[in-house]
Amino acid sequence: MEIVKIENQVSYHSVGNVEDFPLHLGKVVHIEGGPEIAVFRVAERTLYALENRTGHKKGGPLAEGLVSGEYVYCPLRDCKISLLTGEVQLPDTGRVSVYPLRLDGDVVLVGERAANEASEG
Amino acid sequence: MGMEMTNREKLVLIGNGVAGMNTIEQIMKLDPDKYEITVIGKEPHPNYNRIQLSYLLEGSKTFDEMILNDYSWYERNGVTLCAGIAAERIDLASKFVHMSDGTTVSYDRLLIATGSKPFMLPIPGIDKEGIVGFRDVQDCERMKAAASTCRKAAVIGGGLLGLEAAKGLLKLGMEVTVVHLFSDLMERQLDTTASTMLRAELEGQGLRFLMNKKTVEISGDERVKSLRFEDGTELETDFLVMAAGIVPDTALARECGLETARGIIVNDYMQTSDTHVYAVGECNQHRGVSYGLVAPLFEQGSVLAKHLCGVPTEPYQGSVVSTKLKISGVDVFSAGEFQDAPGLDVIRTQDNWSKTYKKVLLRDNRIVGCVLFGDVHDSAQLFKWVKAEEAMTREIHEQLTGSAHIEGADPLAFVTAMPADEIVCGCNGVTKGMIVQAITDQGLSTVDEIKACTGASRSCGGCKPMVEQILALTLGDRYEGSKNAVETLCGCTTHSREDVIAAIRDKRLTHVREVMNVLEWHNPEGCTKCRPAINYYIGMVWPEVFEDEKDSRFVNERLHANIQKDGTYSVVPRMYGGVTTPEQLRKIADVADKYEVKMVKVTGGQRLDLLGVKKEDLPHVWEELGMPSGYAYAKAIRTVKTCVGSTFCRFGTQDSISMGILLEKKFERLWMPAKFKMAVNGCPRNCAEAEIKDFGIIGNDGGWEIYVGGNGGVKLRAADLLCKVKTDEELIELAGAFIQFYRETGKYGERTSDWIERIGLQAIIQEIVDNLERRKELVERIEQALQGLHDPWKEVVEQEGLQHQLYETLQVK
Repeated sequence: MEIVKIENQVSYHSVGNVEDFPLHLGKVVHIEGGPEIAVFRVAERTLYALENRTGHKKGGPLAEGLVSGEYVYCPLRDCKISLLTGEVQLPDTGRVSVYPLRLDGDVVLVGERAANEASEG
Repeated sequence: MGMEMTNREKLVLIGNGVAGMNTIEQIMKLDPDKYEITVIGKEPHPNYNRIQLSYLLEGSKTFDEMILNDYSWYERNGVTLCAGIAAERIDLASKFVHMSDGTTVSYDRLLIATGSKPFMLPIPGIDKEGIVGFRDVQDCERMKAAASTCRKAAVIGGGLLGLEAAKGLLKLGMEVTVVHLFSDLMERQLDTTASTMLRAELEGQGLRFLMNKKTVEISGDERVKSLRFEDGTELETDFLVMAAGIVPDTALARECGLETARGIIVNDYMQTSDTHVYAVGECNQHRGVSYGLVAPLFEQGSVLAKHLCGVPTEPYQGSVVSTKLKISGVDVFSAGEFQDAPGLDVIRTQDNWSKTYKKVLLRDNRIVGCVLFGDVHDSAQLFKWVKAEEAMTREIHEQLTGSAHIEGADPLAFVTAMPADEIVCGCNGVTKGMIVQAITDQGLSTVDEIKACTGASRSCGGCKPMVEQILALTLGDRYEGSKNAVETLCGCTTHSREDVIAAIRDKRLTHVREVMNVLEWHNPEGCTKCRPAINYYIGMVWPEVFEDEKDSRFVNERLHANIQKDGTYSVVPRMYGGVTTPEQLRKIADVADKYEVKMVKVTGGQRLDLLGVKKEDLPHVWEELGMPSGYAYAKAIRTVKTCVGSTFCRFGTQDSISMGILLEKKFERLWMPAKFKMAVNGCPRNCAEAEIKDFGIIGNDGGWEIYVGGNGGVKLRAADLLCKVKTDEELIELAGAFIQFYRETGKYGERTSDWIERIGLQAIIQEIVDNLERRKELVERIEQALQGLHDPWKEVVEQEGLQHQLYETLQVK
């Protein structure tokens, strides 16, 4: 597994160029050995990475959801999820794992550990 | 309860039904600690709503749903209930009631509410098995049991109760004949015109009627086998319901020496000939009248409760009664006087096409009665006028005879003027005041919440419009009713669909974000409700410049496949008119094998569905199938279902397959407000089910019949006949005009079955059938919209860029 960068003890992987990601949509990125990640490009150079499911047993592949600013709507249950924090918005509840994402020039880097999970020591 | 029991007067109620228990409930509200109360109920149940027996019979309600006061209610309120025990004797002198279990109970005040019994004809054979009344739960159970073992049922009596019983038995699958002594059904509430209309309607639903038949004998061995009538004719039946009227149950009262006639005689405070004894409900007789309907019982109970609690009250002066028959698909209402008679002036409108009838009777220019059939919107207002004997004015006359429903200047005027203690829901005895209090105390905001909280509109539903008006009145500006508030596109904006379309048109807006920006969406990025809708509206208004915005599409329409619960997709290729070939089937089988499809399913629309395809495989599957998209995932023209038709079928009069294929090829890929299903049949046998399609066609020997607005899904709705045409050309033209009219006027997400009820069938006929000019314009516009549509699967297969953008998963090592 190729690690491009380590920052704050998080290993980052290159997942492609900015242009590989469609504007206002999500795309599935699968880092070998890790969970499926949905990368959303909400503006030219603004991208977010979340785990590609809502945690709900009927939660759908988030990457296919409709993107509305800093939120995405789950395609199967229509719950609204913050792309920044992973918080599911009321009246629904829950939280989706958020992965750190950096731009290195035009290269998109995604951290391999969720940023909003309790760190494991 | 910190009170000494002995300090309180003892109130005993005989009869655990609606009339008695309603009185007890009212007493509890006025002065809960005044009496020590005992209730003696013959039936082994707590108090239930007898009015709903017809629902129990047809199975639309369970017994538990009919209970008004459950056992815990009696406990909570400190009321002793002796259920399943009958009162056997009243001793007026020593003020005791002797009961069937050998015990006695003493009273200071006694309340008799024994109701009534079905009138059993005094004829030979009336005691045979298989004969029931229709008064209690046991009767219902016996009727249900009969339906599973017997085929034929007869109901003697064509009044309210008889018709409800007959309809219930019919629903249970029996062959039902109603035997009626007179020539008019419901002759005590309806005039001949309304009766005739009612009978025609019920015959249409499958009931049979024998009118002017006097039953003189019931024959059979142990069990009823047939009825013999005075004119010598007979009717064979396996089961008989007696609904020829009710008789007040006065036995207890008569035996102990109370004054009785038809009912137990009471004064204006429900007091019998013994000052300690009262009678309320169907068992009594007030000023010569015994009532058999629910509203007077509440009015009597209200006066009696106040009297017993020492609260000042007006005397009870009798009730003007109204009748509302609640049988599905039949609306009948009558109040006050209903028969033409000397000295009465009559205002009458009858419409045999829409099957409606309205009649208002005047005496000395005052409204004294009315009959409504088919359209009972005005019943509440009319009933109020009848009760008040309102004087006829030019204004009222205009309201009554105009085409609009009675509303007047202020639609809430009626409920505003209503006194707080007036009953709104007759089934459950809920007053306007109780509803208003519930709304304000509990912060209710919908009719459903009011229903759950107070029970109003829970039973027959007839008072629902009035409950809604009271809600609107009470909430004022905070009322967000369906009719008052402008329907906005969604929560992101204050603009309606009409505003949005007007802006798109007038300002030449061609992008979703542009629309949200120009119309100042307060949620600038929109949501899953508004963005797909705006995207559709832009495409509808500007077909020639429209560029589909994939980021405003729901996943299915963005990827052109149906997402499944596990995140895989399904693929439904077009099979025009439901016709396929061996070659096509081989190809489908090969693709299904190669891509390890989880299931191949035959759809309801006469085609095949490949389920469980991975997203990244979709373009390859499409390429190898080489078939166009069936749009099974889209708000668009789905499929055209066809029967075999004249190509092979012995009965076929038209070539339905060719017509189906032609229509499907012509209109495929067109985006619509909602999914749109079609069918073409080659003969009136209608094997392809035109009646439940958005656009259904039935061929016959002389042309085609077109049916529209049908739905076989969530809301079952039979399609309406749009028109009949003689030529194929005209059929195709009308299909185009209809589809375009719906595209232009439908709300996004609104199926034709809802749309047609909103717009009105007549308006649609006017627009596309009668007005040839408008039809031509619509056809021109749809032709324009049809240009420049491409098969989306082919597009993806041919454009690698699209495949990368939408279908690939990035694998990172």
